[in-house]
Amino acid sequence: MSSLVMIIVGCALINNVVLNQFLGICSFLGVSKQMKASASLGAAVIFVLTIASAVASLLYDFVLKPLDLDYMKTIVFILVIAALVQIVEMFLKKTSPALYKALGIYLPLITTNCAVLGVALTNVQDEYNFIESVFAGFGTAVGYTIAIILLAGVRARIDESAIPKPLRGAPVVLLSAALMSIAFMGFGGLS
Amino acid sequence: MNRYLERLYNGLVKENPTFVLMLGMCPTLAVSTAAINGIGMGISTTAVLILSNVIISALRKVIPDEVRLPSYIVIVATLVTITELLIEAYLPALYDALGIYIPLIVVNCIILGRAEAYANKNPVGLAAFDGIGMGIGFTAALTAVGLIREFLGAGTAFGFQIIPKSVEPIGIFIKAPGAFLVLAFLIAVLNAAGVKNRGEQLVSGCDGCCAACSKRDCGKEEAE
Repeated sequence: MSSLVMIIVGCALINNVVLNQFLGICSFLGVSKQMKASASLGAAVIFVLTIASAVASLLYDFVLKPLDLDYMKTIVFILVIAALVQIVEMFLKKTSPALYKALGIYLPLITTNCAVLGVALTNVQDEYNFIESVFAGFGTAVGYTIAIILLAGVRARIDESAIPKPLRGAPVVLLSAALMSIAFMGFGGLS
Repeated sequence: MNRYLERLYNGLVKENPTFVLMLGMCPTLAVSTAAINGIGMGISTTAVLILSNVIISALRKVIPDEVRLPSYIVIVATLVTITELLIEAYLPALYDALGIYIPLIVVNCIILGRAEAYANKNPVGLAAFDGIGMGIGFTAALTAVGLIREFLGAGTAFGFQIIPKSVEPIGIFIKAPGAFLVLAFLIAVLNAAGVKNRGEQLVSGCDGCCAACSKRDCGKEEAE
């Protein structure tokens, strides 16, 4: 049990997916402009990443490995993730219109979010079993959500301050991310 | 011939994927700990990009519009797997340095972005040159970021000691925050020099990453 807690803490804080591993940077920089959108995207990522880790892990253990198709994992994972996102989207549309409205437009974007494929591949690399993969996926997504919500908060403040002209736009956001990344390095002491 | 040269110029300068289009940020930040890693990643991505541009351009009349994105993903994923196996076999040191970021070339938005924005509308020759131009632009940017980080963070350039060992290098530059710092200041310098980047236009609600490739889908979703 404690090892599972450690996986979540490790994935969410110590090896934060965005600030330490640089996965999902594009949406991190693009969507963090608005707090509400960031929170919705974070929720959608938690949803998809947990399911995708579970499916990818099952597929790897019971299909790819027994058949010796290890080298096919990149193709298989990306297709499964794309299909999965579609299914989740249709399922939500049918069963929970409210949730679909909140997460809907973010779901298709998650397919191209490298964090999803990244986690599926890291799980295989670290030889996590099914349960561990699900926890790692969930932890990573929580880390992503923490990072994007924090950055959205910082950006709300940035918008109101006088930034030197060359630093406006992308540079100041990257600088904020750099400071957050330094702060998150402090979590390294937890491991 | 000029149109081909124009493609090269476009990729390297006018629409530099990293500094102007702000695409493919993940590998730019992640593998630029040393200049040589930047070159390795840049060349791998360039190879995949040229081949995917050529194949997608050649198949542009065959692939039905509705299933084009999945088709592109399969083509790109196949190319990436081939590249990964080749690097693993012939360049094991690079394979270890780049690690998980090699398979992640699949989701590098530059590749799908160019497929959607250029290759599926233009003939094979131009698409190939578009791939070469974009690839060189990406490689140059990665190498530049890598060189700066390596120089400041380890005192070396391409592995050669430049700053004497007695001087303590600024270690943070080869750690994660250094990537953000260097890229922030490089873009700021380009901003000051009047090079406009598209960073501000990263559409909220539409993943900035694949703004280029999934714009149509995004628009549709929002309209509903």
